[in-house]
Amino acid sequence: MQPFEKMTGLVAPMDRANVDTDQIIPKQFLKRIERTGFGEFAFFDWRYLEDGAPNPQFVLNEERYQGASILVAGPNFGSGSSREHAPWALGEFGFKALIAPSFADIFTGNCFQNGMLPIVLTQDEVDTMMGKALQRTGYSATVDLEAQTVTDDGGWSASFEIDPFRKESLLKGLDEIGQTLKKEDLIAAFEATHPARW
Amino acid sequence: MPKTMFRKIWDSHVVEEPEGRPALLFIDLHLVHEVTSAQAFEGLRLAGRKVRRPDLTIATADHNVPTSDRHLPFADKIAKQQLDVLDKNTADFGIRLYDMNSPDQGIVHVIGPEQGYTQPGMTIVCGDSHTATHGAFGSLAFGIGTSEVEHVLASQCVVQARPKTMEIHVDGDLPAGTGPKDLMLHIISQMGVAGATGHAVEFTGPAIENMSMEGRMTVCNMTIEGGGRAGMIRPDDTTFAYVEGRRHVPKGADFDRAVEEWKLVASDDGAEFDTRIVINAEEIEPTVTWGTNPGQGVGITGSVPDPGDYEDPAQAENAARALEYMDLRPGTAIQDLKLDRVFIGSCTNGRLEDLRAAAAVAKGHRVADGVRAMVVPGSAAVKILAEKEGLDKIFKDANFEWREAGCSMCLGMNPDILSPGERCASTSNRNFEGRQGKGGRTHLVSPEMATAAAVAGHFVDIRDWEYRDQ
Repeated sequence: MQPFEKMTGLVAPMDRANVDTDQIIPKQFLKRIERTGFGEFAFFDWRYLEDGAPNPQFVLNEERYQGASILVAGPNFGSGSSREHAPWALGEFGFKALIAPSFADIFTGNCFQNGMLPIVLTQDEVDTMMGKALQRTGYSATVDLEAQTVTDDGGWSASFEIDPFRKESLLKGLDEIGQTLKKEDLIAAFEATHPARW
Repeated sequence: MPKTMFRKIWDSHVVEEPEGRPALLFIDLHLVHEVTSAQAFEGLRLAGRKVRRPDLTIATADHNVPTSDRHLPFADKIAKQQLDVLDKNTADFGIRLYDMNSPDQGIVHVIGPEQGYTQPGMTIVCGDSHTATHGAFGSLAFGIGTSEVEHVLASQCVVQARPKTMEIHVDGDLPAGTGPKDLMLHIISQMGVAGATGHAVEFTGPAIENMSMEGRMTVCNMTIEGGGRAGMIRPDDTTFAYVEGRRHVPKGADFDRAVEEWKLVASDDGAEFDTRIVINAEEIEPTVTWGTNPGQGVGITGSVPDPGDYEDPAQAENAARALEYMDLRPGTAIQDLKLDRVFIGSCTNGRLEDLRAAAAVAKGHRVADGVRAMVVPGSAAVKILAEKEGLDKIFKDANFEWREAGCSMCLGMNPDILSPGERCASTSNRNFEGRQGKGGRTHLVSPEMATAAAVAGHFVDIRDWEYRDQ
């Protein structure tokens, strides 16, 4: 996994609650057997019209948000299906950090597995960033994982909490499976006292 | 100190839990299906890793399989490729597979319990959010992503931060005409779709204790729709009676010993939960969702809400958005909503008891003109048992389609989808935009309510249903 480095980027707003993973990547694209190729289908039903043309009403289609790498969204982002295709699609679309008042549990885990940082800020803080992203063209922010802060281009700043283990894994780009397999002795010892059920 | 059931199971599966860090948790059963596993197996190959415990890993094909004409060549080549890859991966890594043509095939959360893989006190994971279903047996079961699937394949362990605990206590009995599905739609409408986020939930109270195992599975299954990490119910005599005699359950004296151990799994008296919610079952009506998340539900005697009536502006906006997508006007009586399609099935309501309940409603009636209704058994075994009881005949006589087992129109990965604008009464678990087909409009209900709606052509109150015995 690529280490998560301090990053600065354009902020795109998605001002709605409960954006579920069926919206992030609809089911018709889950038949691929690779980890790549999902970005062009992210938010497909919202993003494209029936004839395949970009939907001008969809916020991420607006010219001023092209190239955004930070998404600020409403509460309970990533709810529903466990499909890891959702963070794969968001990552390929260009997002490296997501900011919301809350995220669904499985989605949060899936983000961390893919070097994507889900940042929980308070509703007020999210409202502040959402308002600026909606109002001002070119609104950008810097995410500093080491310092656990988000600072925007006007100097406004907020800090966030993160599990120290997840932080370390992201900063170092650790292979989590490799880390676990180093604990072979512990796992084997557990298995020895824990017979299978059948 | 008294312990919760969650904590007992957690503690007995911890390989390592360093202070302030997530635990390394051992997994007793890993369920695998075609949609979330291909990339995990590929990851193993690239890293030169093996599956550590093929004996604890079970695979089936459920999400994208067609539910009719299985003898014909696959129309969907990409879906076929995904199934072929599952065949190859399970063969290469020595994993038991119940493929599309196996008599034991079915929705992963239906076949686990059915075959006795799911037992009390276990840890169970699957690359699927509805893994919570298995918690009905007093096990700790939760959904994971594909990277974690790879992690479990390689190590039989998963790295997890310990969730908080929540008790949802259901007081009183469920009124006639309501069941587990109505209970869950009601609970989620009360606590919200993120109400249980970060929590392992234990359901308690007389309504739960009096519920069948299949009903309890519906309850735990829907926990994820309230944001819960896991749903759990203490194992009791109902549980033990259900599991006894199933293929992978211990037999004879071993079974008796297992039951004694399983009894110890229940939460201790006085165990404390981080959060507690009390629900009054008596006030629950047959429930129908009107919106685009499972928390947007209302009783059958109610009407479509007016976004202007919400105090919270965010909720008002959510409601307005949902009404626009669903093409509904505030104040419309739920019973006036006309339907194009009806879907009976899924890991939520595709078990034998669900089909029996639906068939009792359908018996002697006919699906209304202009409505297409399909029944999709949760597993091949459910289908066979239902046919032995003649349920298929009741459905077919009533003009319902009787199909092969799979996830089907719950998520529309196979050809079973809604067309844009179609309105559907569905026994599945999610009414998200486009879930059952782009532009499709889903209303979540119980199997009985879905069947009655198919016959009437619009939603009706199942409490007034004319059951026919002929």
